[in-house]
Amino acid sequence: MNQISLTHILFVSFALFFIGAYGFLTRRNMITMLMAVELMLNAVNINFVAFNKFLFPEKGDGVFFTIFIITIAAAEAAVAIAIIINIYRKFRSIDSEDADTLKW
Amino acid sequence: MTDYSYISLVLIIPIAVFVITGLFGKKFSAFSGILGTVGMLVTACLAYYTAYQYFIVGGRTDGAYPTIIAFKQTWLQFSPSLSIDFGIMLDPISVMMLVVVTTVSLMVHFYSIGYMHGEERYATYYSFLSLFSFSMLGLVVSTNIFQMYMFWELVGVSSFLLIGHYFEKPSAVSAAKKAFIVTRFADLGFLAGILVLSFYSESLDFQTIIHRMTDHNGVIFLNANAASFMGLSALTWALCLIFIGGAGKSAMFPLHIWLPDAMEGPTPVSALIHAATMVVAGVFLVARLFPVYAQIPITLDVVAYVGIFSAFFAAIIACTQTDIKRVLAFSTMSQIGYMMFSLGVAGGFWREKGLGYTASMFHLFTHAMFKALLFLGAGAVIHYVHSNEMGDMGGLRKKMPITNIVFFIACLAISGVPPLSGFFSKEEILTAAFNHNKIIYAVGILTACLTAFYMFRLYFMIFWNKSSISHHEGEVHHGEAPFTMKLPLILLAIATVVVGFIPFGKYISADGFALESEFHVNLLMIIAVLSGLLGITIATVFYMKPSEMPAKISSSLGSIYSSIHQKFFIDEICFFVTKKIIFNLVSAPSAWFDKNVVDEMMNFISVVTENTSDGIKSFQSGKIADYVLWFFASVIVLSVLIVFYLS
Repeated sequence: MNQISLTHILFVSFALFFIGAYGFLTRRNMITMLMAVELMLNAVNINFVAFNKFLFPEKGDGVFFTIFIITIAAAEAAVAIAIIINIYRKFRSIDSEDADTLKW
Repeated sequence: MTDYSYISLVLIIPIAVFVITGLFGKKFSAFSGILGTVGMLVTACLAYYTAYQYFIVGGRTDGAYPTIIAFKQTWLQFSPSLSIDFGIMLDPISVMMLVVVTTVSLMVHFYSIGYMHGEERYATYYSFLSLFSFSMLGLVVSTNIFQMYMFWELVGVSSFLLIGHYFEKPSAVSAAKKAFIVTRFADLGFLAGILVLSFYSESLDFQTIIHRMTDHNGVIFLNANAASFMGLSALTWALCLIFIGGAGKSAMFPLHIWLPDAMEGPTPVSALIHAATMVVAGVFLVARLFPVYAQIPITLDVVAYVGIFSAFFAAIIACTQTDIKRVLAFSTMSQIGYMMFSLGVAGGFWREKGLGYTASMFHLFTHAMFKALLFLGAGAVIHYVHSNEMGDMGGLRKKMPITNIVFFIACLAISGVPPLSGFFSKEEILTAAFNHNKIIYAVGILTACLTAFYMFRLYFMIFWNKSSISHHEGEVHHGEAPFTMKLPLILLAIATVVVGFIPFGKYISADGFALESEFHVNLLMIIAVLSGLLGITIATVFYMKPSEMPAKISSSLGSIYSSIHQKFFIDEICFFVTKKIIFNLVSAPSAWFDKNVVDEMMNFISVVTENTSDGIKSFQSGKIADYVLWFFASVIVLSVLIVFYLS
């Protein structure tokens, strides 16, 4: 059975992470930004699982952390959407350029 | 050994009354006067009982009256030998002062029920009176020079509060401030003196200081006497500085300027504080440290000359004043000058040399009685006439018979006419002065003559002179005075007559042993009495009937008269010194420094902060994308650093 090597998996997660970072920096729609953040989180998850599998196959720490991150990401999404709804009510927009009062 | 455990009540009762009337007086306004009077009555009874126990029951041990520490509590311990204590010391002069203070205070409390009746701040007035009584009693029983200093400041504060009783009057406010600032200024000298004295004697306790400073062979005395500054020993400096404090409180020249103005307070307050008790605190202070003063004759000379000059100076000014209370104020200053120079002429504290000391305390005692009587009498007159000016009075002898009689008695007493109390004490002072220094004696006689003159000028202008008061005609007037005002007058008049017969030398003398001063008529006595009678005669000629003579004489004296009337321009000189010289040379530059250096430094710091934050605040744009960019960039830079340089 020809296994996929660690390098390939890391390449995927690397690509996924920077796609997320790029999306977070360039998009202005807050929902899209939230999705970009989720992408970055999933890249980290892949890293955890892959390292767990290849470096410490006898332990399950990486998998546990992945489950934690997924749970927290769900909660974070709920909070983020709540914030976005409030921002929408205040500014009548979910464009991050419009919500620029977070300063001095 | 007699039991004095009740003695702390003498202090506790007045302070308790002060707290109660101060906190709850507004609700029970009428009640506060009665409470204050009853409290003072109890305190006075305790003081009389203490005096009885001390002088009669306790008596002498080894021929001298012992000094009893009735109560002592260490308060602030600085080192094993140096501590500030709180205590009650009973010795002949403090017991005598207890009697004087409580007696006069009781009379004034009682008198004020009538005099202050219907006043808006009646309860406040009584609470301040109690505060003053507490402070003054605490002052006289102090065991510790620092305890005395604290009570000394407390009497200053209560004096300030009571002078400013009518605080809606600008003149009362400025008088209160003046009294406080001038005496505070003098107290600076007192404090410096305390520090120097305690530095050398290594103690703050009166008995220890006196013990160490009178031991001529002791190391401490020799050290204090050897250390010199500008040609005078440290001990001399310390005593002179302490005397400055005493002179400030006792209104000695040139620190007397506050006393005449202090008459802005209610008249009973003037009787209590500015005639009978607080102003003699300076005399008491010198008497308390007298054994130390006696070691350095030059300090006693300072006391004597300042005293005699003030006595004479004030007597001259008193002859020209027209405000009834100001005449009495200058007369007080003059009489305190008598007490001071009497202490000064007591060359030592053994036996006959200490006659001046006894005489001074005797005069303090008798003066408290007759001067309080004069002030309360003047208060009754002011209450009747509603004016302080002598020109508004005259011919009151029919309308105010009792006041007339008691005022006459007090005037005779202060003029030294036998057999009233003032005669005995004044004659003793003049004898002491004659034995010590003939110049002081001569000036003292002259002052006695002037005293008699201005007192009877005052008396005749109030009660005789004009036949009736014009501006009161047609008015339906209240009677002479209420009972509460008459009774203290009568009691004090009786005291004025009888206290002279107390064999004072037997009880109070510099060394504690009985001073035998058997009474016999001699030339000195006749001279003293004649000088008083001369003054009375002149006053009778001038002022008993309306006459042109006083005006003629004053106009013939011209500028001399007017400068005396203006109190020798001492106030103007003081204002010149403070406003022009001190203000321009010290205050203005320091204000400039404060404004331009201290404040500017703070402004500079704030300007720098503001400019810096203005420059960097655009960083915080509020755009999330910017923040994220900065965040990612920093993470990348940091990871590069960590990976390539730190590992």
